[in-house]
Amino acid sequence: MPPGTKIFDFGWVAGHLGQVWERIVQHLQLTVIPLALGIVIALVLAVIALRRPVIYGPVTAVAGILYTIPSLAAFALLLPIFGLSLLTAVIPLTTYTLLILFRNFTAGFNAVPSEILEAAEGMGYTRRQRLWRVELPLAVPLIFAGIRLASVTTIGLATVAAVLGDSFGGLGQLITEGIQGFFPTKYLLGAALSVLLAFAADTLFVRLERIITPWAHVRAGAR
Amino acid sequence: MSGVVAFLTDPANWSGTTGIPNRLVEHLIISGLSLLFATVIALPLGLYIGHTNRGSSLAINLANIGRAVPSYAMMVIMLPLTLSLAPVLGYDPTFGLVFLPTFLAMAFLAIPPLLVATYAGLRSVDRELIEAGRGMGLRDSQILGRIELPLASSIIVGGFRTATLQVIATATIGAILSGGGLGRFIFDGLAQGAAGYPSIYAGAVLVAGLAIAVDLVLSLLQTRLTPRALRKARRRGPSGPTSVIDSPDLQEQAASPA
Repeated sequence: MPPGTKIFDFGWVAGHLGQVWERIVQHLQLTVIPLALGIVIALVLAVIALRRPVIYGPVTAVAGILYTIPSLAAFALLLPIFGLSLLTAVIPLTTYTLLILFRNFTAGFNAVPSEILEAAEGMGYTRRQRLWRVELPLAVPLIFAGIRLASVTTIGLATVAAVLGDSFGGLGQLITEGIQGFFPTKYLLGAALSVLLAFAADTLFVRLERIITPWAHVRAGAR
Repeated sequence: MSGVVAFLTDPANWSGTTGIPNRLVEHLIISGLSLLFATVIALPLGLYIGHTNRGSSLAINLANIGRAVPSYAMMVIMLPLTLSLAPVLGYDPTFGLVFLPTFLAMAFLAIPPLLVATYAGLRSVDRELIEAGRGMGLRDSQILGRIELPLASSIIVGGFRTATLQVIATATIGAILSGGGLGRFIFDGLAQGAAGYPSIYAGAVLVAGLAIAVDLVLSLLQTRLTPRALRKARRRGPSGPTSVIDSPDLQEQAASPA
């Protein structure tokens, strides 16, 4: 830091709101796409695992190895194949969500008591009806716990994706530019906003879970 | 692809301060030191919280905050601090740029998973066993050392595994602050554009290999530390969360890749 540099220059922020906003939108894009893809893939795998439990081991093993690869290395591994493109960022970010989501989804399904499943069967539910009307609603708390965790994780990892490119870099790009330009305002702003975004996403999913599972809270309130 | 093989087999890349062995050692030193620092803080605190069940909300809240702060963000939040403290504490400003921010960020990020795992591990121990120990006249320290710690050790190592992965990943990113470590190959390559692809790819392969190898070693250690009776029960597979600790929610609370 050159002497005399202010640690945080609010004037700069006020003058560059457009640029900052653009980075926030990019960051949301880097979070929402992998999260949506991850939820769909993990849900499909979890439903398959419900009928064929043998796939549970191999799926968690593969997802576990992918989860182990440090993010910067994962981005770098795809760089020669897809270049500095959104795809290079989205693929690893999606695979990182899989372990968390798959484990929580299967745990959610498995937590449904067998008496309830038998009751559904006794009422004449087909397997598909049972999945949609019984297992899925009852698995919501663990499903949402997984989504919360995956969203917060993705927001954090997306900051690293900034090394890949300017066009979709998100808040990590603010951090990287700030470091390279010895400009603390920029990197501190990028860091603070990414933390705020993570907390906001966490809160959002907590609220959302309350809205879609009203029964869980009616009972809690009546106690 | 051939460029990567050429890069990895070039003798020039296997010697000197910019060679692969030295970068690997740098990576291991900064990772090891920050893990040590985190363990010294998190382990006793986790043992205290888990044994007494006092301050458990502190552990959970710390874990929540810990996983919301991205490693890259944590690093740069430290940066102004470590730079401005250099003249005050009298260390080399370069040290405050290339080593301290990454080291501190890694240590702070490793504390939550370790603390939560230690706490959760101790809480997972059957209360009846502890009562039995107390009935036999064991003192608190003996209950901790002879009953709780052995039964919790595999869960504690699980937390250490999470922390280690995060630390190795963050050390890679730390190279952006002109620091050493294997991440250097990736950033140096990125700076050269398309010509840097061999260096980028080689760095990525080395980092991924290191992370997977270290995780494998720790997972073997974890299995060894699991009491034999529990090993079979866990291997049975997808029977869902059987206890609080098996719940992915709690176990993953402080865990996220970096």
